[in-house]
Amino acid sequence: MTTLTHSGSRKIEKPMEPEAAAKAAGRSKARRRTMSIWIGRVALAVIVIGGWQWFTTEGWVDKFFFGQPSEIWSSLVKLFTEGTAFGTIWENLWITAQEAFLGFILGTLVGVVLGILLGSNKYLSAVVGPYIRIVNSIPRIVLGSIFIVAFGLGVFPKILLAAVLVFFVVFFNAFQGVREVDQNLVANVRVLGASPIQVAMHVTIPSAMTWIIASLHTAFGFAIIGALVAEVLGAQQGIGLIISQAQGTFDPNTVFACMVIIAVVTLAAEYLIGALEHKLLKWRPPNRSEAQAI
Amino acid sequence: MNSNHPHRAPRAADKTEEGARIEIAGLTKRYLTPKGETFTAIQDVTVNVEAGQFCSIVGPTGCGKSTTLAQVSGLERPSAGSVSVGGSLVEGITNGVSYMFQADALFPWKSVLSNVMMGPILLGMPKREATDLARDWLRRVGLAGFEDRYPHQLSGGMRKRVAMAAALINNPRILLMDEPFGALDVQTKAIMQNELLKLWEELRPSVLFITHDLDEAVALSDKVVIMTTSPGSVKDVFDIDLPRPRGNVQEIRHEERFLELQGHIWESLKDEVTRAYARTAGAA
Ligand SMILES: Nc1ncnc2c1ncn2[C@@H]1O[C@H](COP(=O)(O)OP(=O)(O)O)[C@@H](O)[C@H]1O
Ligand SMILES: [Mg+2]
Repeated sequence: MTTLTHSGSRKIEKPMEPEAAAKAAGRSKARRRTMSIWIGRVALAVIVIGGWQWFTTEGWVDKFFFGQPSEIWSSLVKLFTEGTAFGTIWENLWITAQEAFLGFILGTLVGVVLGILLGSNKYLSAVVGPYIRIVNSIPRIVLGSIFIVAFGLGVFPKILLAAVLVFFVVFFNAFQGVREVDQNLVANVRVLGASPIQVAMHVTIPSAMTWIIASLHTAFGFAIIGALVAEVLGAQQGIGLIISQAQGTFDPNTVFACMVIIAVVTLAAEYLIGALEHKLLKWRPPNRSEAQAI
Repeated sequence: MNSNHPHRAPRAADKTEEGARIEIAGLTKRYLTPKGETFTAIQDVTVNVEAGQFCSIVGPTGCGKSTTLAQVSGLERPSAGSVSVGGSLVEGITNGVSYMFQADALFPWKSVLSNVMMGPILLGMPKREATDLARDWLRRVGLAGFEDRYPHQLSGGMRKRVAMAAALINNPRILLMDEPFGALDVQTKAIMQNELLKLWEELRPSVLFITHDLDEAVALSDKVVIMTTSPGSVKDVFDIDLPRPRGNVQEIRHEERFLELQGHIWESLKDEVTRAYARTAGAA
Protein backbone atom coordinates (compact mmCIF):
# COMPACT_ATOMS: atom_id res chain seq x y z
CA MET A 1 0.00 0.00 0.00
CA THR A 2 2.68 2.46 1.01
CA THR A 3 4.69 1.78 -2.12
CA LEU A 4 2.20 3.53 -4.37
CA THR A 5 4.03 5.85 -6.74
CA HIS A 6 2.78 9.24 -7.77
CA SER A 7 1.57 8.05 -11.14
CA GLY A 8 -0.10 5.14 -9.43
CA SER A 9 -2.15 7.38 -7.20
CA ARG A 10 -3.16 9.46 -10.19
CA LYS A 11 -4.38 6.33 -11.92
CA ILE A 12 -6.53 5.57 -8.92
CA GLU A 13 -8.09 9.01 -8.96
CA LYS A 14 -9.39 8.71 -12.52
CA PRO A 15 -11.99 6.01 -11.97
CA MET A 16 -13.25 7.98 -8.97
CA GLU A 17 -14.91 10.47 -11.31
CA PRO A 18 -17.74 8.28 -12.56
CA GLU A 19 -18.30 7.29 -8.97
CA ALA A 20 -18.70 10.93 -7.96
CA ALA A 21 -21.08 11.43 -10.85
CA ALA A 22 -23.10 8.44 -9.73
CA LYS A 23 -23.24 9.91 -6.24
CA ALA A 24 -24.52 13.24 -7.53
CA ALA A 25 -27.11 11.45 -9.66
CA GLY A 26 -28.20 9.46 -6.64
CA ARG A 27 -28.55 12.61 -4.58
CA SER A 28 -30.67 14.41 -7.16
CA LYS A 29 -32.83 11.31 -7.48
CA ALA A 30 -33.37 11.30 -3.72
CA ARG A 31 -34.24 15.01 -3.83
CA ARG A 32 -36.77 14.42 -6.58
CA ARG A 33 -38.31 11.62 -4.57
CA THR A 34 -38.69 13.83 -1.47
CA MET A 35 -40.20 16.51 -3.65
CA SER A 36 -42.79 14.18 -5.12
CA ILE A 37 -43.68 12.87 -1.67
CA TRP A 38 -44.39 16.41 -0.48
CA ILE A 39 -46.41 17.23 -3.57
CA GLY A 40 -48.49 14.12 -2.89
CA ARG A 41 -49.01 15.09 0.74
CA VAL A 42 -50.15 18.62 -0.06
CA ALA A 43 -52.43 17.34 -2.84
CA LEU A 44 -54.03 14.87 -0.45
CA ALA A 45 -54.71 17.61 2.11
CA VAL A 46 -56.14 19.91 -0.55
CA ILE A 47 -58.43 17.19 -1.86
CA VAL A 48 -59.78 16.21 1.57
CA ILE A 49 -60.17 19.69 3.05
CA GLY A 50 -61.19 21.31 -0.24
CA GLY A 51 -63.69 18.52 -0.92
CA TRP A 52 -65.15 18.94 2.54
CA GLN A 53 -65.49 22.69 2.02
CA TRP A 54 -67.01 22.19 -1.41
CA PHE A 55 -69.49 19.51 -0.38
CA THR A 56 -70.73 21.54 2.58
CA THR A 57 -70.93 24.74 0.55
CA GLU A 58 -72.98 23.02 -2.15
CA GLY A 59 -75.23 21.61 0.55
CA TRP A 60 -74.61 17.95 -0.37
CA VAL A 61 -73.40 17.48 3.17
CA ASP A 62 -75.09 19.37 5.98
CA LYS A 63 -72.59 21.69 7.58
CA PHE A 64 -74.88 21.98 10.59
CA PHE A 65 -73.84 18.47 11.59
CA PHE A 66 -70.44 18.06 9.96
CA GLY A 67 -68.94 21.50 10.22
CA GLN A 68 -67.04 23.28 7.49
CA PRO A 69 -63.28 23.96 7.20
CA SER A 70 -63.68 27.71 6.81
CA GLU A 71 -65.90 27.89 9.88
CA ILE A 72 -63.60 25.63 11.86
CA TRP A 73 -60.91 28.16 11.10
CA SER A 74 -63.14 31.01 12.32
CA SER A 75 -63.86 29.02 15.49
CA LEU A 76 -60.15 28.52 16.02
CA VAL A 77 -59.51 32.24 15.62
CA LYS A 78 -62.40 32.99 17.96
CA LEU A 79 -61.09 30.55 20.57
CA PHE A 80 -57.73 32.27 20.58
CA THR A 81 -58.97 35.87 20.38
CA GLU A 82 -62.17 35.88 22.42
CA GLY A 83 -61.52 32.90 24.64
CA THR A 84 -64.22 30.65 26.03
CA ALA A 85 -66.83 30.74 28.75
CA PHE A 86 -64.24 29.09 31.03
CA GLY A 87 -61.33 31.48 30.53
CA THR A 88 -58.83 31.83 27.70
CA ILE A 89 -58.04 28.90 25.47
CA TRP A 90 -54.49 28.95 26.86
CA GLU A 91 -55.72 28.41 30.41
CA ASN A 92 -57.86 25.51 29.28
CA LEU A 93 -55.13 24.02 27.14
CA TRP A 94 -52.71 24.33 30.02
CA ILE A 95 -55.06 22.41 32.30
CA THR A 96 -55.55 19.60 29.80
CA ALA A 97 -51.88 19.40 28.89
CA GLN A 98 -50.96 19.31 32.57
CA GLU A 99 -53.41 16.50 33.27
CA ALA A 100 -52.25 14.49 30.29
CA PHE A 101 -48.59 15.05 31.08
CA LEU A 102 -48.82 14.19 34.77
CA GLY A 103 -50.97 11.18 33.98
CA PHE A 104 -48.44 10.13 31.38
CA ILE A 105 -45.54 10.38 33.85
CA LEU A 106 -47.41 8.60 36.64
CA GLY A 107 -48.68 5.81 34.39
CA THR A 108 -45.27 5.33 32.78
CA LEU A 109 -43.43 5.17 36.11
CA VAL A 110 -45.81 2.67 37.65
CA GLY A 111 -45.97 0.68 34.41
CA VAL A 112 -42.19 0.45 34.05
CA VAL A 113 -41.59 -0.46 37.69
CA LEU A 114 -44.34 -3.09 37.85
CA GLY A 115 -43.56 -4.41 34.39
CA ILE A 116 -39.91 -4.95 35.24
CA LEU A 117 -40.71 -6.39 38.67
CA LEU A 118 -43.28 -8.87 37.39
CA GLY A 119 -41.25 -9.61 34.29
CA SER A 120 -38.22 -10.65 36.29
CA ASN A 121 -40.03 -12.43 39.12
CA LYS A 122 -41.92 -15.56 38.11
CA TYR A 123 -43.71 -15.91 41.46
CA LEU A 124 -44.94 -12.32 41.54
CA SER A 125 -46.14 -12.48 37.96
CA ALA A 126 -47.99 -15.73 38.63
CA VAL A 127 -49.74 -14.18 41.64
CA VAL A 128 -50.52 -10.71 40.29
CA GLY A 129 -50.81 -11.53 36.57
CA PRO A 130 -54.45 -12.69 36.54
CA TYR A 131 -55.61 -9.57 38.38
CA ILE A 132 -53.87 -7.30 35.96
CA ARG A 133 -55.54 -9.16 33.11
CA ILE A 134 -58.93 -8.79 34.80
CA VAL A 135 -58.51 -5.06 35.34
CA ASN A 136 -57.25 -4.73 31.80
CA SER A 137 -60.38 -6.37 30.45
CA ILE A 138 -62.84 -3.94 32.04
CA PRO A 139 -63.60 -0.84 29.93
CA ARG A 140 -61.29 1.61 31.66
CA ILE A 141 -63.06 4.72 30.44
CA VAL A 142 -65.83 3.85 32.89
CA LEU A 143 -63.30 4.28 35.67
CA GLY A 144 -63.40 7.97 34.79
CA SER A 145 -66.94 8.24 36.21
CA ILE A 146 -65.84 6.55 39.41
CA PHE A 147 -62.81 8.81 39.79
CA ILE A 148 -64.94 11.91 39.30
CA VAL A 149 -67.49 10.73 41.84
CA ALA A 150 -64.70 9.95 44.28
CA PHE A 151 -62.34 12.89 43.73
CA GLY A 152 -64.55 15.68 42.45
CA LEU A 153 -64.22 17.96 39.43
CA GLY A 154 -60.57 18.98 39.90
CA VAL A 155 -57.56 17.85 37.89
CA PHE A 156 -56.73 14.81 40.03
CA PRO A 157 -59.34 12.38 38.63
CA LYS A 158 -58.24 13.35 35.10
CA ILE A 159 -54.62 12.62 35.91
CA LEU A 160 -55.70 9.33 37.38
CA LEU A 161 -57.69 8.24 34.33
CA ALA A 162 -54.87 9.26 31.98
CA ALA A 163 -52.41 7.34 34.18
CA VAL A 164 -54.57 4.21 34.15
CA LEU A 165 -54.78 4.25 30.36
CA VAL A 166 -51.04 4.82 30.06
CA PHE A 167 -50.18 2.22 32.67
CA PHE A 168 -51.48 -0.79 30.76
CA VAL A 169 -49.73 0.11 27.53
CA VAL A 170 -46.40 0.67 29.24
CA PHE A 171 -46.77 -2.21 31.67
CA PHE A 172 -47.32 -4.90 29.04
CA ASN A 173 -44.43 -3.60 26.98
CA ALA A 174 -42.04 -3.44 29.92
CA PHE A 175 -43.12 -6.92 30.97
CA GLN A 176 -42.61 -8.34 27.50
CA GLY A 177 -39.33 -6.47 27.18
CA VAL A 178 -37.98 -8.13 30.30
CA ARG A 179 -39.15 -11.52 29.08
CA GLU A 180 -37.30 -11.08 25.80
CA VAL A 181 -33.96 -10.32 27.42
CA ASP A 182 -31.15 -12.30 25.85
CA GLN A 183 -30.37 -15.04 28.38
CA ASN A 184 -26.82 -15.21 27.07
CA LEU A 185 -26.27 -11.66 28.28
CA VAL A 186 -27.70 -12.46 31.67
CA ALA A 187 -25.49 -15.55 31.97
CA ASN A 188 -22.53 -13.47 30.87
CA VAL A 189 -22.83 -10.83 33.59
CA ARG A 190 -23.74 -13.41 36.21
CA VAL A 191 -20.51 -15.25 35.51
CA LEU A 192 -18.68 -11.95 35.83
CA GLY A 193 -20.09 -11.74 39.35
CA ALA A 194 -23.08 -9.43 38.93
CA SER A 195 -25.62 -9.26 41.75
CA PRO A 196 -29.35 -9.44 40.88
CA ILE A 197 -29.50 -5.64 41.07
CA GLN A 198 -26.54 -5.32 38.74
CA VAL A 199 -28.16 -7.76 36.33
CA ALA A 200 -31.24 -5.51 36.32
CA MET A 201 -29.21 -2.32 35.90
CA HIS A 202 -26.90 -3.58 33.18
CA VAL A 203 -29.03 -6.04 31.26
CA THR A 204 -32.73 -6.24 32.05
CA ILE A 205 -33.62 -2.55 32.13
CA PRO A 206 -31.57 -1.38 29.15
CA SER A 207 -32.81 -4.21 27.01
CA ALA A 208 -36.43 -3.68 28.04
CA MET A 209 -35.93 0.01 27.22
CA THR A 210 -36.46 -0.61 23.50
CA TRP A 211 -39.91 -1.97 24.21
CA ILE A 212 -40.78 0.65 26.78
CA ILE A 213 -39.85 3.56 24.58
CA ALA A 214 -41.73 2.10 21.64
CA SER A 215 -44.81 2.04 23.87
CA LEU A 216 -44.48 5.70 24.87
CA HIS A 217 -45.73 6.91 21.48
CA THR A 218 -49.03 5.10 21.94
CA ALA A 219 -49.05 5.89 25.65
CA PHE A 220 -49.04 9.65 25.18
CA GLY A 221 -52.03 9.41 22.87
CA PHE A 222 -53.80 7.48 25.60
CA ALA A 223 -52.87 10.12 28.20
CA ILE A 224 -54.57 12.78 26.09
CA ILE A 225 -57.62 10.57 25.60
CA GLY A 226 -57.82 9.92 29.34
CA ALA A 227 -57.62 13.60 30.22
CA LEU A 228 -60.17 14.63 27.57
CA VAL A 229 -62.67 11.92 28.40
CA ALA A 230 -62.49 12.68 32.11
CA GLU A 231 -63.07 16.36 31.33
CA VAL A 232 -66.06 15.54 29.17
CA LEU A 233 -67.44 13.50 32.06
CA GLY A 234 -67.20 16.45 34.40
CA ALA A 235 -64.80 19.36 34.81
CA GLN A 236 -64.51 23.05 35.59
CA GLN A 237 -61.94 23.79 32.91
CA GLY A 238 -60.15 22.07 30.05
CA ILE A 239 -60.41 21.32 26.36
CA GLY A 240 -62.71 18.38 27.10
CA LEU A 241 -65.14 20.74 28.80
CA ILE A 242 -65.09 23.09 25.79
CA ILE A 243 -65.81 20.10 23.57
CA SER A 244 -68.74 18.88 25.64
CA GLN A 245 -70.08 22.43 25.85
CA ALA A 246 -69.85 22.85 22.07
CA GLN A 247 -71.59 19.54 21.64
CA GLY A 248 -74.44 20.80 23.84
CA THR A 249 -74.88 23.89 21.65
CA PHE A 250 -74.70 21.97 18.34
CA ASP A 251 -71.43 23.63 17.38
CA PRO A 252 -69.37 21.03 15.48
CA ASN A 253 -66.91 23.65 14.31
CA THR A 254 -65.65 24.32 17.83
CA VAL A 255 -65.33 20.57 18.43
CA PHE A 256 -63.21 20.28 15.31
CA ALA A 257 -61.20 23.34 16.34
CA CYS A 258 -60.44 21.66 19.67
CA MET A 259 -59.43 18.53 17.80
CA VAL A 260 -56.95 20.56 15.78
CA ILE A 261 -55.47 22.06 18.94
CA ILE A 262 -55.11 18.64 20.57
CA ALA A 263 -53.57 17.22 17.41
CA VAL A 264 -50.91 19.92 17.49
CA VAL A 265 -50.13 19.18 21.14
CA THR A 266 -49.94 15.45 20.47
CA LEU A 267 -47.66 15.93 17.48
CA ALA A 268 -45.35 18.12 19.55
CA ALA A 269 -45.22 15.49 22.30
CA GLU A 270 -44.67 12.81 19.68
CA TYR A 271 -41.74 14.78 18.38
CA LEU A 272 -40.22 15.05 21.87
CA ILE A 273 -40.68 11.32 22.48
CA GLY A 274 -39.09 10.63 19.12
CA ALA A 275 -36.10 12.77 20.12
CA LEU A 276 -35.82 10.91 23.42
CA GLU A 277 -36.02 7.62 21.58
CA HIS A 278 -33.32 8.71 19.20
CA LYS A 279 -31.08 9.71 22.08
CA LEU A 280 -31.61 6.62 24.23
CA LEU A 281 -31.58 4.12 21.42
CA LYS A 282 -28.77 5.51 19.35
CA TRP A 283 -26.97 2.20 19.66
CA ARG A 284 -29.48 0.48 17.44
CA PRO A 285 -28.67 -0.39 13.85
CA PRO A 286 -30.25 2.30 11.65
CA ASN A 287 -32.47 0.06 9.55
CA ARG A 288 -34.57 -0.83 12.55
CA SER A 289 -35.31 2.74 13.58
CA GLU A 290 -36.02 3.59 9.96
CA ALA A 291 -38.59 0.84 9.76
CA GLN A 292 -40.21 2.35 12.82
CA ALA A 293 -40.24 5.84 11.36
CA ILE A 294 -43.06 4.86 9.01
CA MET B 1 7.80 -9.14 21.52
CA ASN B 2 5.28 -8.34 24.19
CA SER B 3 7.46 -7.29 27.07
CA ASN B 4 4.93 -5.40 29.18
CA HIS B 5 3.34 -7.48 31.86
CA PRO B 6 -0.26 -8.46 31.50
CA HIS B 7 -2.53 -6.37 33.67
CA ARG B 8 -3.86 -7.97 36.77
CA ALA B 9 -7.46 -7.75 37.76
CA PRO B 10 -8.16 -6.24 41.18
CA ARG B 11 -8.86 -9.60 42.76
CA ALA B 12 -5.90 -11.24 41.09
CA ALA B 13 -7.06 -14.75 40.39
CA ASP B 14 -5.31 -17.57 42.13
CA LYS B 15 -3.49 -19.30 39.32
CA THR B 16 -1.22 -21.50 41.35
CA GLU B 17 -1.06 -25.21 40.64
CA GLU B 18 -4.05 -25.77 42.87
CA GLY B 19 -6.09 -22.63 42.28
CA ALA B 20 -6.88 -23.13 38.63
CA ARG B 21 -7.35 -26.88 38.50
CA ILE B 22 -10.75 -28.08 37.29
CA GLU B 23 -11.98 -31.42 38.54
CA ILE B 24 -15.18 -32.73 37.05
CA ALA B 25 -16.17 -35.94 38.82
CA GLY B 26 -19.10 -38.17 37.89
CA LEU B 27 -21.02 -35.18 36.63
CA THR B 28 -24.62 -35.92 35.64
CA LYS B 29 -27.26 -33.42 34.61
CA ARG B 30 -30.91 -34.23 34.08
CA TYR B 31 -33.46 -31.76 32.77
CA LEU B 32 -37.19 -31.82 33.20
CA THR B 33 -38.81 -31.79 29.79
CA PRO B 34 -42.04 -29.80 29.28
CA LYS B 35 -43.89 -33.14 29.30
CA GLY B 36 -42.68 -33.81 32.82
CA GLU B 37 -40.21 -36.53 31.91
CA THR B 38 -36.57 -36.34 32.87
CA PHE B 39 -33.99 -36.08 30.15
CA THR B 40 -30.38 -36.98 30.88
CA ALA B 41 -28.17 -34.51 29.07
CA ILE B 42 -24.84 -35.74 30.44
CA GLN B 43 -24.05 -38.91 32.31
CA ASP B 44 -21.13 -39.51 34.64
CA VAL B 45 -18.66 -37.13 33.00
CA THR B 46 -15.21 -37.15 34.57
CA VAL B 47 -12.52 -34.79 33.29
CA ASN B 48 -9.55 -33.16 34.95
CA VAL B 49 -7.97 -30.00 33.64
CA GLU B 50 -4.64 -29.07 35.18
CA ALA B 51 -3.86 -25.47 36.04
CA GLY B 52 -2.93 -23.59 32.91
CA GLN B 53 -3.93 -26.45 30.65
CA PHE B 54 -5.87 -25.97 27.42
CA CYS B 55 -8.50 -28.67 27.15
CA SER B 56 -10.94 -29.08 24.28
CA ILE B 57 -14.21 -30.96 24.34
CA VAL B 58 -15.39 -32.42 21.06
CA GLY B 59 -18.59 -34.33 20.44
CA PRO B 60 -21.65 -34.54 18.24
CA THR B 61 -24.23 -31.78 18.58
CA GLY B 62 -26.61 -32.18 21.48
CA CYS B 63 -24.28 -34.47 23.40
CA GLY B 64 -24.13 -32.10 26.35
CA LYS B 65 -20.99 -30.03 25.84
CA SER B 66 -22.65 -26.73 26.68
CA THR B 67 -24.37 -28.39 29.61
CA THR B 68 -20.99 -29.45 30.97
CA LEU B 69 -19.67 -25.88 30.80
CA ALA B 70 -22.78 -24.52 32.50
CA GLN B 71 -22.10 -26.80 35.47
CA VAL B 72 -18.46 -25.70 35.65
CA SER B 73 -19.37 -22.01 35.60
CA GLY B 74 -21.86 -22.51 38.41
CA LEU B 75 -24.73 -21.12 36.34
CA GLU B 76 -26.46 -24.48 36.81
CA ARG B 77 -26.33 -27.12 39.51
CA PRO B 78 -25.43 -30.72 38.73
CA SER B 79 -28.00 -33.46 39.34
CA ALA B 80 -25.24 -35.77 40.52
CA GLY B 81 -21.48 -35.69 40.77
CA SER B 82 -19.46 -32.58 41.35
CA VAL B 83 -17.25 -29.90 39.89
CA SER B 84 -14.38 -28.45 41.88
CA VAL B 85 -12.29 -25.50 40.88
CA GLY B 86 -9.04 -25.06 42.71
CA GLY B 87 -10.01 -27.72 45.20
CA SER B 88 -13.25 -26.08 46.31
CA LEU B 89 -16.64 -27.34 45.25
CA VAL B 90 -18.55 -25.23 42.73
CA GLU B 91 -21.75 -24.06 44.43
CA GLY B 92 -23.02 -20.97 42.73
CA ILE B 93 -20.99 -18.73 40.50
CA THR B 94 -17.29 -19.51 40.72
CA ASN B 95 -15.15 -16.43 40.90
CA GLY B 96 -12.30 -15.94 38.48
CA VAL B 97 -14.24 -17.57 35.64
CA SER B 98 -14.85 -16.00 32.25
CA TYR B 99 -17.28 -17.38 29.71
CA MET B 100 -17.24 -16.83 25.98
CA PHE B 101 -20.39 -17.89 24.19
CA GLN B 102 -20.93 -18.96 20.64
CA ALA B 103 -23.61 -16.34 20.13
CA ASP B 104 -22.56 -12.76 20.68
CA ALA B 105 -22.92 -11.92 24.32
CA LEU B 106 -22.02 -8.27 23.83
CA PHE B 107 -24.31 -5.53 25.07
CA PRO B 108 -25.72 -3.98 21.92
CA TRP B 109 -26.48 -0.73 23.78
CA LYS B 110 -22.98 -0.29 25.14
CA SER B 111 -20.01 0.98 23.20
CA VAL B 112 -17.10 -1.37 22.55
CA LEU B 113 -15.15 0.26 25.37
CA SER B 114 -18.00 -0.07 27.88
CA ASN B 115 -18.49 -3.68 26.86
CA VAL B 116 -14.90 -4.53 27.66
CA MET B 117 -15.06 -2.53 30.91
CA MET B 118 -17.95 -4.56 32.28
CA GLY B 119 -15.81 -7.19 33.98
CA PRO B 120 -13.66 -4.85 36.09
CA ILE B 121 -16.65 -2.59 36.83
CA LEU B 122 -18.61 -5.52 38.21
CA LEU B 123 -15.64 -6.38 40.40
CA GLY B 124 -15.78 -2.85 41.77
CA MET B 125 -12.83 -1.28 39.98
CA PRO B 126 -13.03 2.54 39.81
CA LYS B 127 -14.30 3.74 36.45
CA ARG B 128 -11.18 5.63 35.40
CA GLU B 129 -8.93 2.66 36.04
CA ALA B 130 -11.34 0.31 34.29
CA THR B 131 -11.38 2.62 31.26
CA ASP B 132 -7.61 2.58 31.01
CA LEU B 133 -7.49 -1.17 31.38
CA ALA B 134 -10.18 -1.63 28.73
CA ARG B 135 -8.37 0.67 26.31
CA ASP B 136 -5.24 -1.33 26.83
CA TRP B 137 -7.08 -4.56 26.16
CA LEU B 138 -8.69 -3.20 23.02
CA ARG B 139 -5.22 -2.33 21.83
CA ARG B 140 -4.03 -5.85 22.58
CA VAL B 141 -6.77 -7.40 20.47
CA GLY B 142 -6.08 -4.93 17.68
CA LEU B 143 -9.13 -2.73 18.11
CA ALA B 144 -7.54 0.56 19.17
CA GLY B 145 -9.61 3.35 17.65
CA PHE B 146 -12.87 1.41 17.78
CA GLU B 147 -13.67 2.29 21.40
CA ASP B 148 -16.77 4.35 20.64
CA ARG B 149 -18.37 2.03 18.11
CA TYR B 150 -21.43 0.00 18.92
CA PRO B 151 -21.30 -3.78 18.40
CA HIS B 152 -23.61 -3.66 15.38
CA GLN B 153 -21.07 -1.44 13.66
CA LEU B 154 -18.40 -4.14 13.79
CA SER B 155 -17.74 -7.21 11.68
CA GLY B 156 -18.21 -10.69 13.13
CA GLY B 157 -14.48 -11.11 13.67
CA MET B 158 -14.18 -7.74 15.40
CA ARG B 159 -17.07 -8.61 17.70
CA LYS B 160 -15.25 -11.79 18.65
CA ARG B 161 -12.19 -9.74 19.49
CA VAL B 162 -14.27 -7.52 21.74
CA ALA B 163 -15.73 -10.61 23.41
CA MET B 164 -12.25 -12.00 23.86
CA ALA B 165 -10.97 -8.79 25.43
CA ALA B 166 -14.02 -8.73 27.69
CA ALA B 167 -13.41 -12.33 28.73
CA LEU B 168 -9.72 -11.88 29.44
CA ILE B 169 -9.64 -8.42 31.00
CA ASN B 170 -10.31 -9.81 34.48
CA ASN B 171 -7.34 -12.13 34.08
CA PRO B 172 -9.50 -15.19 34.83
CA ARG B 173 -8.08 -18.38 36.25
CA ILE B 174 -10.64 -20.37 34.26
CA LEU B 175 -11.69 -19.56 30.73
CA LEU B 176 -14.78 -21.34 29.39
CA MET B 177 -15.32 -21.09 25.66
CA ASP B 178 -18.40 -22.53 23.97
CA GLU B 179 -17.74 -22.81 20.24
CA PRO B 180 -16.48 -19.24 20.25
CA PHE B 181 -15.37 -19.21 16.63
CA GLY B 182 -18.06 -21.48 15.23
CA ALA B 183 -19.78 -18.75 13.25
CA LEU B 184 -16.67 -17.26 11.65
CA ASP B 185 -15.34 -17.76 8.14
CA VAL B 186 -12.22 -19.90 7.77
CA GLN B 187 -9.66 -17.09 7.49
CA THR B 188 -11.05 -15.02 10.33
CA LYS B 189 -11.26 -18.14 12.44
CA ALA B 190 -7.56 -18.90 11.92
CA ILE B 191 -6.62 -15.35 12.85
CA MET B 192 -8.71 -15.52 16.00
CA GLN B 193 -7.20 -18.87 16.97
CA ASN B 194 -3.72 -17.40 16.70
CA GLU B 195 -4.74 -14.40 18.79
CA LEU B 196 -6.30 -16.63 21.39
CA LEU B 197 -3.17 -18.77 21.64
CA LYS B 198 -0.99 -15.70 21.98
CA LEU B 199 -3.10 -14.22 24.76
CA TRP B 200 -3.50 -17.57 26.49
CA GLU B 201 0.25 -18.02 26.54
CA GLU B 202 0.59 -14.64 28.25
CA LEU B 203 -2.09 -15.16 30.88
CA ARG B 204 -2.22 -18.95 31.15
CA PRO B 205 -5.73 -19.51 32.47
CA SER B 206 -7.04 -23.09 32.46
CA VAL B 207 -9.24 -23.40 29.40
CA LEU B 208 -12.24 -25.58 28.63
CA PHE B 209 -12.85 -25.08 24.94
CA ILE B 210 -15.84 -26.56 23.14
CA THR B 211 -15.65 -27.06 19.42
CA HIS B 212 -16.91 -29.31 16.69
CA ASP B 213 -13.86 -28.55 14.59
CA LEU B 214 -11.27 -31.29 15.10
CA ASP B 215 -8.44 -29.30 13.53
CA GLU B 216 -9.16 -26.45 15.89
CA ALA B 217 -9.17 -28.78 18.88
CA VAL B 218 -5.84 -30.36 17.99
CA ALA B 219 -4.15 -27.12 17.00
CA LEU B 220 -5.02 -25.30 20.21
CA SER B 221 -5.16 -27.91 22.97
CA ASP B 222 -3.01 -29.86 25.36
CA LYS B 223 -5.79 -32.33 25.76
CA VAL B 224 -8.84 -33.30 23.69
CA VAL B 225 -11.85 -34.96 25.30
CA ILE B 226 -14.24 -36.85 23.05
CA MET B 227 -17.82 -37.15 24.23
CA THR B 228 -20.33 -39.81 23.25
CA THR B 229 -23.74 -39.11 21.78
CA SER B 230 -26.50 -38.12 24.15
CA PRO B 231 -26.51 -38.73 27.07
CA GLY B 232 -22.98 -37.48 26.82
CA SER B 233 -20.15 -39.08 28.71
CA VAL B 234 -16.41 -39.16 28.14
CA LYS B 235 -15.44 -41.60 25.42
CA ASP B 236 -11.74 -40.91 24.99
CA VAL B 237 -9.10 -38.49 26.14
CA PHE B 238 -6.14 -37.65 23.91
CA ASP B 239 -3.02 -35.81 25.02
CA ILE B 240 -1.72 -33.50 22.33
CA ASP B 241 2.05 -33.49 22.60
CA LEU B 242 2.72 -30.91 19.89
CA PRO B 243 5.40 -28.52 21.19
CA ARG B 244 4.53 -25.04 22.39
CA PRO B 245 4.44 -22.28 21.43
CA ARG B 246 2.50 -23.67 18.52
CA GLY B 247 2.99 -20.73 16.21
CA ASN B 248 0.65 -20.34 13.29
CA VAL B 249 -2.30 -22.74 13.51
CA GLN B 250 -2.61 -22.84 9.74
CA GLU B 251 0.93 -24.10 9.38
CA ILE B 252 1.00 -26.80 12.04
CA ARG B 253 -2.02 -28.31 10.35
CA HIS B 254 0.33 -29.89 7.81
CA GLU B 255 2.82 -31.34 10.29
CA GLU B 256 3.06 -35.09 10.40
CA ARG B 257 2.38 -35.46 14.13
CA PHE B 258 -0.65 -33.20 13.82
CA LEU B 259 -2.15 -35.33 11.08
CA GLU B 260 -1.44 -38.48 13.02
CA LEU B 261 -3.17 -37.19 16.17
CA GLN B 262 -6.02 -35.81 14.16
CA GLY B 263 -6.46 -39.21 12.52
CA HIS B 264 -6.62 -41.01 15.88
CA ILE B 265 -9.16 -38.60 17.24
CA TRP B 266 -11.30 -38.77 14.14
CA GLU B 267 -11.40 -42.56 14.44
CA SER B 268 -12.85 -42.13 17.91
CA LEU B 269 -15.27 -39.38 17.02
CA LYS B 270 -16.50 -40.87 13.74
CA ASP B 271 -18.71 -43.53 15.33
CA GLU B 272 -20.35 -41.03 17.63
CA VAL B 273 -21.09 -38.60 14.85
CA THR B 274 -22.57 -41.33 12.69
CA ARG B 275 -24.64 -42.57 15.58
CA ALA B 276 -25.89 -39.07 16.39
CA TYR B 277 -26.73 -38.51 12.74
CA ALA B 278 -28.57 -41.82 12.44
CA ARG B 279 -30.59 -40.92 15.50
CA THR B 280 -31.68 -37.49 14.30
CA ALA B 281 -32.33 -38.83 10.80
CA GLY B 282 -34.40 -41.65 12.28
CA ALA B 283 -36.34 -39.25 14.46
CA ALA B 284 -37.16 -36.92 11.59
N1 LIG C 1 -32.36 -26.08 30.07
C1 LIG C 1 -32.58 -27.24 29.43
N2 LIG C 1 -33.76 -27.87 29.56
C2 LIG C 1 -34.00 -29.05 28.91
N3 LIG C 1 -33.13 -29.63 28.09
C3 LIG C 1 -31.94 -29.05 27.90
C4 LIG C 1 -31.61 -27.81 28.54
N4 LIG C 1 -30.36 -27.46 28.15
C5 LIG C 1 -29.94 -28.41 27.31
N5 LIG C 1 -30.88 -29.38 27.16
C6 LIG C 1 -30.76 -30.60 26.34
O1 LIG C 1 -29.58 -31.25 26.69
C7 LIG C 1 -28.94 -31.77 25.55
C8 LIG C 1 -27.52 -31.31 25.47
O2 LIG C 1 -27.52 -29.95 25.19
P1 LIG C 1 -26.18 -29.10 24.98
O3 LIG C 1 -25.36 -29.24 26.20
O4 LIG C 1 -26.58 -27.73 24.59
O5 LIG C 1 -25.51 -29.85 23.76
P2 LIG C 1 -24.22 -29.43 22.93
O6 LIG C 1 -23.70 -28.16 23.48
O7 LIG C 1 -23.29 -30.57 23.07
O8 LIG C 1 -24.66 -29.30 21.51
C9 LIG C 1 -29.76 -31.35 24.34
O9 LIG C 1 -30.54 -32.45 23.92
C10 LIG C 1 -30.62 -30.27 24.87
O10 LIG C 1 -31.87 -30.27 24.23
MG1 LIG D 1 -23.73 -26.23 22.61
